[in-house]
Amino acid sequence: MSSQKPNSDRRHTIAVLVDNEPGVLARVIGLFAGRGYNIESLTVSEIDSVKRYSRITIVTSGTDMVIEQIKALLDRLVPVHMVEDLTVQGPCLERELALVKVVNAGESRIEALRIADMFRARAIDSTLNSFVFELTGSPKKLNAFIELMSGLGKTEITRGGVVAIARGSGIGLQNNKT
Amino acid sequence: MTGESNIVRKPSEHLSGAGVIVKALQDQGVEVIFGYPGGAVLPLYDELFKTNNLRHILVRHEQAAVHAAEGYARSTGKIGVVLVTSGPGATNAVTGLTDALMDSIPIVCLTGQVPTHLIGTDAFQEADTTGITRACTKHNYLVKQSDELSDVMHEAFYVAANGRPGPVVVDLPKDILFADAPYFAPKDVRPCAYQPKKDGDTTKIEQAAELLAKAQRPIIYGGGGLINSGPEACKLLQEFAEITGFPVTLTLMGLGAFPASNPNFLGMLGMHGTYEANLAMHNCDVMLNIGARFDDRVTGRIDAFSPHATKIHIDIDKSSINKNVLADIPILGDAGRVLAIMIDYWKKKKLSPRADSLKLWWSEINSWRVKECLKFEQDGKIIKPQFAIKRLFEKTQNRDVFISTEVGQHQMWAAQYFGFDKPNRWMTSGGLGTMGYGLPAAMGTQVAHPDALVIDIAGDASILMNMQEFSTIIQYRLPVKVFIINNQWMGMVRQWQELNHGSRYSQSYTESLPDFIQLAQSFGGTGMVAETVDDLDEVIDRMISSETFFIADIRVQKEESCFPMIPSGAAHNEMILSAKDTENSKTSAEGMALV
Ligand SMILES: Cc1ncc(C[n+]2csc(CCOP(=O)(O)OP(=O)(O)O)c2C)c(N)n1
Ligand SMILES: [Mg+2]
Repeated sequence: MSSQKPNSDRRHTIAVLVDNEPGVLARVIGLFAGRGYNIESLTVSEIDSVKRYSRITIVTSGTDMVIEQIKALLDRLVPVHMVEDLTVQGPCLERELALVKVVNAGESRIEALRIADMFRARAIDSTLNSFVFELTGSPKKLNAFIELMSGLGKTEITRGGVVAIARGSGIGLQNNKT
Repeated sequence: MTGESNIVRKPSEHLSGAGVIVKALQDQGVEVIFGYPGGAVLPLYDELFKTNNLRHILVRHEQAAVHAAEGYARSTGKIGVVLVTSGPGATNAVTGLTDALMDSIPIVCLTGQVPTHLIGTDAFQEADTTGITRACTKHNYLVKQSDELSDVMHEAFYVAANGRPGPVVVDLPKDILFADAPYFAPKDVRPCAYQPKKDGDTTKIEQAAELLAKAQRPIIYGGGGLINSGPEACKLLQEFAEITGFPVTLTLMGLGAFPASNPNFLGMLGMHGTYEANLAMHNCDVMLNIGARFDDRVTGRIDAFSPHATKIHIDIDKSSINKNVLADIPILGDAGRVLAIMIDYWKKKKLSPRADSLKLWWSEINSWRVKECLKFEQDGKIIKPQFAIKRLFEKTQNRDVFISTEVGQHQMWAAQYFGFDKPNRWMTSGGLGTMGYGLPAAMGTQVAHPDALVIDIAGDASILMNMQEFSTIIQYRLPVKVFIINNQWMGMVRQWQELNHGSRYSQSYTESLPDFIQLAQSFGGTGMVAETVDDLDEVIDRMISSETFFIADIRVQKEESCFPMIPSGAAHNEMILSAKDTENSKTSAEGMALV
C-alpha cells in the first residue's frame, strides 16, 4: 500500500498477460462491469503467436483498496499468467495512437497544419476541406492536440487506447508464471 | 489454450468424445454424477449406460442436481459432479452454480450444447452457456475441438478443487461427443496458468504468531476456508486454541471446524450470532481470521467493526484479503498449511500467551456469556422453534448426523441450537441464501453417507421450492429426513417486515400449505405431525428410527422472531437480544437499504 490517503482515487495502468483464447477479454471486462469498476482505456493484442499469449493494457482508477482488488481478481482468472501494475512498479512509458479528422477551410486549415507540425502529427489523408492526422504520443499529448483541433473545425476522433511498458532493462510480463 | 500444446505428447488411447469424458471422470476418481438427460447429452448418457462404475443419480430438476452435488462435496471433501443438457438444462443449473460459487464448493458441471456448426444460430435448446455462467462460475470452458477435450476435463477438476474451490462448467457441443478424441491421462495433462499459492509467507506467519503471543484480548475467527482446507486444518485449529487458550468463534459456513462443545467456543458470530462472540469481536485487540471473508452478515456496520483490533487474515484467495476490511498482516495461503507453520513456530520459539491478560479477557467474555443470549422459555403447549431444534440436537447425539437447511429463521435457529463437533456435518446456503437448497443437499449427502442420519431442517416455504426431489429420494431409497419448522410464514421475511416495515406483512404468509404428511405419502414416504410440545419427542424418535424418507411437520409458534440480531447497518455492540429490545432499536436509514 502506498502512503497516500486510502480513499482518494488514483489512475493505474495495469498490464496483463493472458492466454489468447475465446472469452478471455469477456472475462476481464466482465470482472470490471460486474463490480462497477471503471475502465478508462483497454487495449489487447497477441504478442506471442507460438505460445499464443496476448497482452492486455488496462487503464483504470480507484482507491488503493479497489486497485488491489482488481489486481487480485485479474490474477485469479484461470487464463491469466501475470498481472503487473506499471504505475506502482516504477517509471513507465505510455503511448497511444489517434486518428483525427478535421473539416475546415481558409486560415483554420493553415493553422491546423502548423499545429500538426508542432505535435509531429502526419497528415495521412487530405481533401480540399479536410485532413486526417495520425498522431502518437502520451494520452496527455493526444488530449492537447485534439482540443486544439476541435477549435479549428468539425472533428471526428478515434483513439487506439493506451499501451504501456516499464522503462529500463527489466523484462516484465514475458515469462510464464508456471 | 496455452501454447504448450506444441510439446509432443502421446495420447494413451483414442475414444469417442463421450468416451473421453467418461474415462476422465473415472481417472479423476468420480463415483457419483447428479444429472438429468436431454437431446444434447444423449451420446454421453449412452456411454454411461455402458459404464458400470459411475453411479448416476437422476434428479428431478437441474438446480437440485447442483445442490445435491454441493451436499455431496461439502460432506465428503470431494468434488461434486453434475451433468445437464443444453439450453434449459444449463439455465436451470445457474442458481446452483451461483450458490456453489458464493460458498466456495468444488463442482464440475458438464452441460450439453448444440453442435459446433449450429452455435450462434438460435438453434433448438441453444443457450450461450459460457456467457450466462461466466459470472457464476470460477471458470468455464466451451470445448470446440475434440483433441482438447481430455485436457479440459482434467483441468476442470484441477481448477474446481485448487485455490479457493468453486464451480467449473464444461460446455460440450454434441458433435464433440461423437468425434474421435485422443485421451491423455491426468499425469500427461497440459500445464495450466492457474497456480494458486498454498504455503503462506513464513515471515508473515511468524510475525502473526509473535503478535498473538503478545495479545491481551485475542480472538480466533474461523470460516468455511477451514472446512475446505480439510479435517486436518480443523484439528490444527483445535490444537492452536488449546495451546493458546484463545477464544474461538465461527461463521455460518465454518460451523463444525471447531467443536461446539469445546469450552473455548463462543458460538457463531454475525447477524444472528451470540452476544459473547460479537462483543468479543468488537472488543478484541488481535483478531486471527482463518478462512473467513469479512462478509457483511458478519461485520455489521463496517466502519464500526472491531475498532481496536490488529487483524491477521489467512486466506487462499488474494481477492478476499483487503476487500472489505484492511488486514494488518495478510497471509495468502491454505488455512491448514499456514496453521501448521504457525504452530511449529509457536512451539519452537516456546511462545506462550499472556496468561494474566488472557484471564481478564476470559472473565469479561464470561460476563457476556452470563446474559445467556440464546435462552428461551418453552412454556405452554405451543412448540417454540428453538426448543424443537434443541430437542432434535439432543436426541441425535448418539448418531453420525448430517444437517442441511433451507433458508430463513429455521436456518439461523439450526445454526444457533444444533452444535457441531466435527467438520463436513453442516450443509447450508450461506453466501447466496438459496431457499430450496436443503432438500437436494441432504439428498447428495445421503448418497455419500448411506448409513448416516441426514436431516434437512426446513422451513414450510423453502421446502416447496425443490420438493420434486422427494421423487428422487424415493427412487434411490435414500432415508432422508425433513424436519419442517412450520410457522406458516416466510418467517424471516415476516420478521424483517415487523422490524423495518411497521408490521405490514406484505405477501409473507403462505395460504394453503399442503398436508405435508399426505405429500410424503404420495411420493412413497411417511411422516408425522407434532401439534403440541407433548408430541415433539415422539415425532423426533419416530423420525430418527424410520428407515425411509420421513417428513416431520413441526407446528411451531408462528410469530416467533430470531434473536439475537444485529439489525442491518448496526455495529456488533448494538445487538438486539430479544423482542423487548426491538422497541428501542430503530434501523438506520442506511440500514434500511441493506439486505
Ligand atoms: C430463492 C429465494 N427466494 C427468496 C428468498 C428470500 N427469503 C429469505 S428467507 C425467506 C422465507 C423463508 O420461509 P421459510 O422457508 O418458511 O423459513 P422461515 O423463515 O419461516 O423459517 C425468503 C422468502 C430466498 N432466500 N431465496
Ligand atoms: Mg416458515
